[in-house]
Amino acid sequence: MIRTAHRWPGIAALALVATLSLSGAALSVFPAAERLVAPQAAPGMSVAELAAGLQAAHPGIEQIRRAPSGRITAYWTDDGVAGSAVIDPVTATAVAAAAPDPLERWLTNLHRALFLGDAGRIGAAGGAAIMLLLTLSGSLLVARRVGGWRRWFRPLRGPLPGRIHTEMARLAVPGLLLSSVTALWLAASTFGLLPDQGAPPRPIPPASGLTGAPVAEIPALVSIPVASLRRLDFPAAGDRTDVFTLKTSQGTGYVDQGTGATLGWSEDGWWAQASETVYMLHTGRGVPVLALLLGVTALAVPAMGATGLAVWLAARRGKPRVTGNAAAAPAETVILVGSEGGSTWGFAATLHRALTRAGQLVHVAPMSSFDPARTTAARRYLILAATYGDGAAPASADRFLDRLAGMAAAPAAPLAVLGFGDSGFPDFCGYARRVEAAARAKGWQPLLPFATVDRQSPQAFARWGSALGAALGIALELDHRPAPPATVPLTLVARREFGQDVQAPATILRFAIPGTSFAACLSGSGFARFQAGDLLGIVPAGSAVPRFYSLASGSDDGFLEIAVRRQAGGLCSGQLTTLPCGGKVDAFLRRNPQFHAGNAATPLVLVGAGTGIAPLAGFVRANTRRRAIHLIFGMRHPDSDFLYGDALTGWLADGRLATLTTASSRGASPRHVQDALAADPTAILDAVRHGGRIMVCGGRAMAAGVAEAIARLLERQGLSLAQLRTEGRYVEDVY
Amino acid sequence: MKRMLAVLALTTALVCPGLAMARPVTLTTTLKNYGGNGAYVAIYLTDAKGAYARTLWVAGRKAKYYEHLSDWYRATGGRGAIDGITGASVGSGRTLEVSVELADALFDAGYTVHVDTAVEDMRDAPNEIAVPLTKAASGQTVPGRRYVAGFGYRL
Repeated sequence: MIRTAHRWPGIAALALVATLSLSGAALSVFPAAERLVAPQAAPGMSVAELAAGLQAAHPGIEQIRRAPSGRITAYWTDDGVAGSAVIDPVTATAVAAAAPDPLERWLTNLHRALFLGDAGRIGAAGGAAIMLLLTLSGSLLVARRVGGWRRWFRPLRGPLPGRIHTEMARLAVPGLLLSSVTALWLAASTFGLLPDQGAPPRPIPPASGLTGAPVAEIPALVSIPVASLRRLDFPAAGDRTDVFTLKTSQGTGYVDQGTGATLGWSEDGWWAQASETVYMLHTGRGVPVLALLLGVTALAVPAMGATGLAVWLAARRGKPRVTGNAAAAPAETVILVGSEGGSTWGFAATLHRALTRAGQLVHVAPMSSFDPARTTAARRYLILAATYGDGAAPASADRFLDRLAGMAAAPAAPLAVLGFGDSGFPDFCGYARRVEAAARAKGWQPLLPFATVDRQSPQAFARWGSALGAALGIALELDHRPAPPATVPLTLVARREFGQDVQAPATILRFAIPGTSFAACLSGSGFARFQAGDLLGIVPAGSAVPRFYSLASGSDDGFLEIAVRRQAGGLCSGQLTTLPCGGKVDAFLRRNPQFHAGNAATPLVLVGAGTGIAPLAGFVRANTRRRAIHLIFGMRHPDSDFLYGDALTGWLADGRLATLTTASSRGASPRHVQDALAADPTAILDAVRHGGRIMVCGGRAMAAGVAEAIARLLERQGLSLAQLRTEGRYVEDVY
Repeated sequence: MKRMLAVLALTTALVCPGLAMARPVTLTTTLKNYGGNGAYVAIYLTDAKGAYARTLWVAGRKAKYYEHLSDWYRATGGRGAIDGITGASVGSGRTLEVSVELADALFDAGYTVHVDTAVEDMRDAPNEIAVPLTKAASGQTVPGRRYVAGFGYRL
């Protein structure tokens, strides 16, 4: 609800609030500049002294104005010639022209009226109202995200655009509140909606008709310091009935030009003074430091607009539309989703649809917004949770476990947890299991026993659906067809064959990076940014199911490179290994952050066999910082399937690769990578001791053999592989 | 009832002397290229004794800025009846042309037409123009001191 109230006005009014903020930021510089250059009056100087000095210099003096910055401007007509200047009050001499700065005037007209007169003023006021709405709703969202107002500055996690958005928001909220509220006040004042006009001039008692009171001795002018002067109007030359008009920070007074007597004085009302203060707070006139602070704050608005847009685009991409999502409060079934890439949302949408069709009010929400106080009518909770990395919470489940742990008691309505994962990875459905365990420990009643869905299996999901239907006493058929990922045609630009002679044909394929939309660049989606270790999903002709290949290149390399082994009868590998240069395949990118080399300077041990070398070669290629990388590579025969053999030689020479160990399963002295590891464990042990990392890529059997060999090595040193795994220092990418 | 009618006739006669003999008068105010935001302009009449008589036109709709048309503002207390005789402020270099009904009796009777002008962040120009209201002056143009390049009225 709050998110909706934050998102749509933000997107709709992005251009407007960005224009207002940028022009406001530009204007914020002027008060400081004016303050720096304006000559200031001596402390304690009276208006009488100032006026007398100026009258001596310009007998035809007509008006003196003092800006909040202390800048004093005088206007006169001497011998029929009109003149004006910014004045040094101490010497009564001109120091600059009085004309308003054209750039400032241009910016002001853009900022307050978009050059559109009254219609533009209303538009700008609307922009300020939206800014206020965004600030308030955004503050609520920040408080919710960090877990309360008192934890406003708690460190953040999650994807970069969202983090930047929230970081900037936390700092900018006070300034934006001040700017938008004062803007609305000023707009109301301009349109006469506030009773803040200065007191109407009271009828002045008739002037004496005399002239020539010496300005320096007029009591009213002597008693008022220059610091509180706003304006002094001299009586018109030759008009005996005219008077001095004096405007100060307190009010307006009239002084007889012959007797020097004060003829009348009216104080500004409360509203007028409040409007003056609001004007000062909004423009920073007279308070240049505030002006600059507000200006910097305003600069955050377009940046937040861009990151907000990126967050929204990423969420929209990753999250299938749940049509007819019920509100939280009346929902009887609450589905909580913990998803990293977005596929779990697809399952949630299917479940939502089926339950809604069965006549239930169903509310779907990310696990991160779990709040039983808002779902008071809930009769059951269903959690669909994926796992991020090694058992960590996926993006949309941020802080769920903390929140559950912090509750006095679990909700009364029972809970069913369904885990999603890939049984090829260690700690299958690890996060979902932790959720289940935490819920049981809290005494949360189970609705169904814990269940898992392996590799997005529609059958497993349907089975769980029938069990759920049985528990609810309804027939529930979950027919989930994963939404096909949005693919882009990739063009093959180069290919190289290996392994023909050893009956293990493999090909390194290099594709051009397709053009990306501006939105994709902004949100970092699509092919705009990727790195070695990410996955290229390829949808072969004649199948809807994608196959994934580890990338051997990053976006900085300027191409997409994968290594493919031809499987006997393999549909996708067959199409890829026979693809001619210039041919196209449909592909999409999937991020794989747990198998990135990272930025650390600690040693890296890479172990791979066959086409599993692809991401490892990519890490070495990107190693321009010359981190110590040791590669152990297994193949059949160096003369036939030494993938990246030439490149590796070059990288050894230029220092990107520290050592290269190969193991060939055929030829003179056949051995596997695990044998090579056991024979010379120096690199592994060295890396482990120095906080380094081991990354393994290849077939399942090879990975198991390597893990066993390394576990044995470590045991002898009193170390454990399990420990390394939980620290994220032993990672595998197996197929 | 009779008395009421008499009072009504009397007041009407006082307020609108010679209503039947009113004639349209076109007031033309051309501004200089003073290089600022739109100017606020007040055009009003004073009688033979210099007392405020009537407002003819006010260009600029924001009452909060009226105090800068300082002579007119002081004369009317800023609460002059200006419904129906206000329009937009006048841009730099633009011309304001308005038509008002003026009774014949006002001409050559010592009345003076005044123009006050003011521009945001620039100097105020109260009483920038003061010309006697005479039939003979119809069609003549006089320059102002500050923002007005020329002002005149035409019968």
